[in-house]
Amino acid sequence: MLSDTIAAISTAVGEAGIAVIRVSGPESIAEVEKIFHSKTKLTEAATHTVHYGHIIDPDGEERVEEVLVTVMRAPRSFTTEDVVEISTHGGVISVKRVMDLLLQQDIRLAEPGEFTKRAFLNGRIDLSQAEAVIDLIRSKSDRAFSVALKQVEGALSEQIRQLRHILVETMAHIEVNIDYPEHDVESLTAEFIKEKSTEVMQGIAKLLKTAEQGKILREGITTAIVGRPNVGKSSLLNALAHTNRAIVTDIPGTTRDVIEEFVTINNIPLKLLDTAGIRETMDVVEKIGVERSKHAVTEADLILLVLNTSEPLHEDELELMEQIRGRQSIVIMNKMDLPPQLDKDILSRYYAEDLIVPMSVKAQEGIDALEAAISQLFFSGSIESGDLTYVSNVRHIALLKKANKSLQDAYDAAEQFIPIDMIQIDVRLAWEQLGEIIGDTASDSLLDQIFSQFCLGK
Amino acid sequence: MSFDGGSYDVIVIGAGHAGCEAALAAARMGSSTLMITINLDMVAFMPCNPSIGGPAKGHVVREIDALGGEMGRNIDKTYIQMRMLNTGKGPAVHALRAQADKFLYQHTMKETMEKEPNLTMRQGMVEELIVEDGVCVGVITKTGTAYRAKSVVLTTGTYLRGKVIMGEMTYESGPNNQQPSIKLAENLRELGFDLVRFKTGTPPRVHKSTIDFSKTEIQPGDEKPKFFSYETEGSDNEQLPCWLTYTSLETHQIINANLHRAPMFSGMIEGTGPRYCPSIEDKIVRFSDKPKHQIFLEPEGKNTSEYYVQGLSTSMPEDVQLAMLRSIPGLEKVEMMRNGYAIEYDAVVPTQLWPSLETKMIPGLFTAGQINGTSGYEEAAGQGVMAGINAARRVQDKEPVILDRSQGYIGVLIDDLVTKGTNEPYRLLTSRAEYRLLLRHDNADLRLTPLGHEIGLISDERFAKFLAKKEKVEQEIERLQAAKVGPSHVNEMLERLGSAPIQDGSNLLTILRRPEVSHDHIEEISPSPFNLTEEMKEQVEIQIKYAGYIEKQLIHVERLKKMNKKKIPETIDYNEIEGIAIEARQKLSSIRPISIGQASRISGVTPADISILLVYLEHYNRVTAARG
Repeated sequence: MLSDTIAAISTAVGEAGIAVIRVSGPESIAEVEKIFHSKTKLTEAATHTVHYGHIIDPDGEERVEEVLVTVMRAPRSFTTEDVVEISTHGGVISVKRVMDLLLQQDIRLAEPGEFTKRAFLNGRIDLSQAEAVIDLIRSKSDRAFSVALKQVEGALSEQIRQLRHILVETMAHIEVNIDYPEHDVESLTAEFIKEKSTEVMQGIAKLLKTAEQGKILREGITTAIVGRPNVGKSSLLNALAHTNRAIVTDIPGTTRDVIEEFVTINNIPLKLLDTAGIRETMDVVEKIGVERSKHAVTEADLILLVLNTSEPLHEDELELMEQIRGRQSIVIMNKMDLPPQLDKDILSRYYAEDLIVPMSVKAQEGIDALEAAISQLFFSGSIESGDLTYVSNVRHIALLKKANKSLQDAYDAAEQFIPIDMIQIDVRLAWEQLGEIIGDTASDSLLDQIFSQFCLGK
Repeated sequence: MSFDGGSYDVIVIGAGHAGCEAALAAARMGSSTLMITINLDMVAFMPCNPSIGGPAKGHVVREIDALGGEMGRNIDKTYIQMRMLNTGKGPAVHALRAQADKFLYQHTMKETMEKEPNLTMRQGMVEELIVEDGVCVGVITKTGTAYRAKSVVLTTGTYLRGKVIMGEMTYESGPNNQQPSIKLAENLRELGFDLVRFKTGTPPRVHKSTIDFSKTEIQPGDEKPKFFSYETEGSDNEQLPCWLTYTSLETHQIINANLHRAPMFSGMIEGTGPRYCPSIEDKIVRFSDKPKHQIFLEPEGKNTSEYYVQGLSTSMPEDVQLAMLRSIPGLEKVEMMRNGYAIEYDAVVPTQLWPSLETKMIPGLFTAGQINGTSGYEEAAGQGVMAGINAARRVQDKEPVILDRSQGYIGVLIDDLVTKGTNEPYRLLTSRAEYRLLLRHDNADLRLTPLGHEIGLISDERFAKFLAKKEKVEQEIERLQAAKVGPSHVNEMLERLGSAPIQDGSNLLTILRRPEVSHDHIEEISPSPFNLTEEMKEQVEIQIKYAGYIEKQLIHVERLKKMNKKKIPETIDYNEIEGIAIEARQKLSSIRPISIGQASRISGVTPADISILLVYLEHYNRVTAARG
């Protein structure tokens, strides 16, 4: 952790214009070189020079991004190590692609505050700031930790646990063959290792496919669309997403579950949650939906409250406005094409003028104004950007790909009849890489597995 | 009143495998050394299996030898069987295992020690440590003799408050009915040490003439034996076979019918036993679906009829033991000569030690071997040699020698003990080493002999020989790298070996990398001018063939070394560091790691805690430097 090469996005994700990815460490120049095509070789570049070129995928030689790369050689950099800064187009997709490729090299995602930490440890930052550096590490780590935990809860972590279990059983088998050569356990064949690594690689492929379809990647600013039944929440979501994912009907209570949709508005990634209409209900199925939507509201970074302009303000809606007071929220006065019944004065007690957006989803009016309002909230810094969540996704994908590569190495080695103790190096690496995703890297569990799986003794 | 027994540089208490190595290392490094043991007939005694080596353990013996210790030489002189295990696997896990003539092993070790000029051997029971101003300066024996020393090494094995358990009976005893050490255990507790209760056990011994070997499978030694010591050039010891049989359904029925009499299950045993070395009753309960278990019959020496029944470790009552034995094919009429038993003993919680094996609480006091919670002769001897070295270094006022995890299994063992502690008797396994490929049987000398020479345990003559070997290996690798070859040179050979022919020019190093090609094959087309021994050829092959994997591990080692280089001052107060999580703070305060590397291996200390610690240390160092 002291001298490896690290990378992080050093501008907020989604901000317009240019994004900068910073890479620092002894191998930074050589590792970036592996995925950078240009007239000049980075490894031969002078310090403090800027190079135009393309990030390429070394597997397919495909050009991924047009970039500017700045080389700063040690010790004349922020961290006093060799530093490479890659400037890409600002969109989420651009940054993600470059980050993905970087993390598949011998580069890992920087820990929170790690650039600053290195700068300090290398004497670049004044002594008086030590405490600030510590605070930074602590607070960012805690937040990153909670985000990371939130990320891997549920299905993903369960799937990874299952894959790791296959690997640890395989490893225990290999280890018993090595450490108890005279023991009467069946000896381990190359076929067995190939079979098991294939099984896990298939599992990883499935997870990666899911990620590519966007289920893992659909993160960003969690945005809840709330309101009473039938005020047009699903229609709004559809208008924003330009798809027909949510069921749109005129019957109150049709949206019975939280529906997620991922959209990018002016380069800002939003995860839209359409919730069941907030309303006391006796319908059991709908009640579950309502509970979930209340939960969605508490989790959201941004709340879009949809009202029906053609009806007077309902008691439920007042209650809701009380509940979300102080949160980042925009109110949408929908159905403005119908005769208005809503008293706007009440709204003004809760919302600033520029956060009240008149709209007709049906007539496709007011959408631009809403997008502008969201952009403004985002760029003024009011919404805490979801970049931590986003980045930990990139990290997961990189680790999944690295684990896959390790297993492929193990498979190839088994094919060539390389001794099992060497194949084990790659199997173990894959196991550790998967473990990093769910924060479990304790190696004691291997010994536990050996002794519970096999009867050993003298 | 105590009687003055004289002053020494180093006192070693105990003469087991740890004690012998500690005493010899200290004496050979120039310290006047006294070894005190309860019974001088028990020097280097093997209370359990008459064998040395195997995976990880055999590696440790090689390391002891590479450092200048005795175990390797001693077993090479006294083996009755030698086998290289794991030959079908990679070179890193090839492991030598010997059956010892346990009596000859003891006598030979005792003779070596008696001849050592700086070493005094004395029979006696140490009951108390002399501690002055918090520093250990000597010991007092049961007879009232006080010996003084600058360093004291405790290697008490299973003697501390030893208690033998068999069936319904228990009695205070060391191994093999030796006197236990009761007062010393009390003294350690009074001095403030945290002790734990561990348990181990041994199987019965039976008479050779009552075994029907025709019902067992023969397990012979290797025809061309290899040796543990780099100094052993050849030996023609006659080899004796071991014999393999299995437990029967009847054995399992006997055990199941008598489980209520087993101390393991009746609650008579309070100590924690090792998972990797369970008793037969434990195996049958935990793995009830396994129809039979292996039993190896191992001779205990040339001039004895006693056979060790490996696989049948037990603390069942004597009558059950006999019935169990006679239910095993080949042992139907067997005579039991000694019964198996379990033994409980006190061990020091090893996180109370520095990585030098000196106790944190009492400077000058070192502990090594089973007292530190390990199990096994080799683990004990490995610690013994390090404790002996560091006890002598303390006398010389020099920095302790600490092996890191990439230098040897001894480093792995000690680092695990002092950093993580252990909740069962600790046994080395190759899987405990993260750099297994670097810690090979073949390269122990490359890893440790320069260090052995530097500290004075390896003679100039042996070191010169080592350097010559190393140089020849390097020269040969360079030669193969430089030797350009074309299809006409090598394709005939490659085709003969079933290996794909080459199309363009290549070099011999690349050709040797192929699994089918050995160094001998290369020499057929291009003989080496360096007159290489078999050992050197093996080294060349391994370094070339597995270079890719070796490289992978070396990258990680570089990182480990950087972390280990960041030292943490002893005076650091973790309560002063804001931002470290509570659990990490408690662990760090209790373990007091000597480096960031060690700190990062403590369970419960997160990367964020390490980052904060690094920042604090930098701050601390700059402030200290500014104060001058």
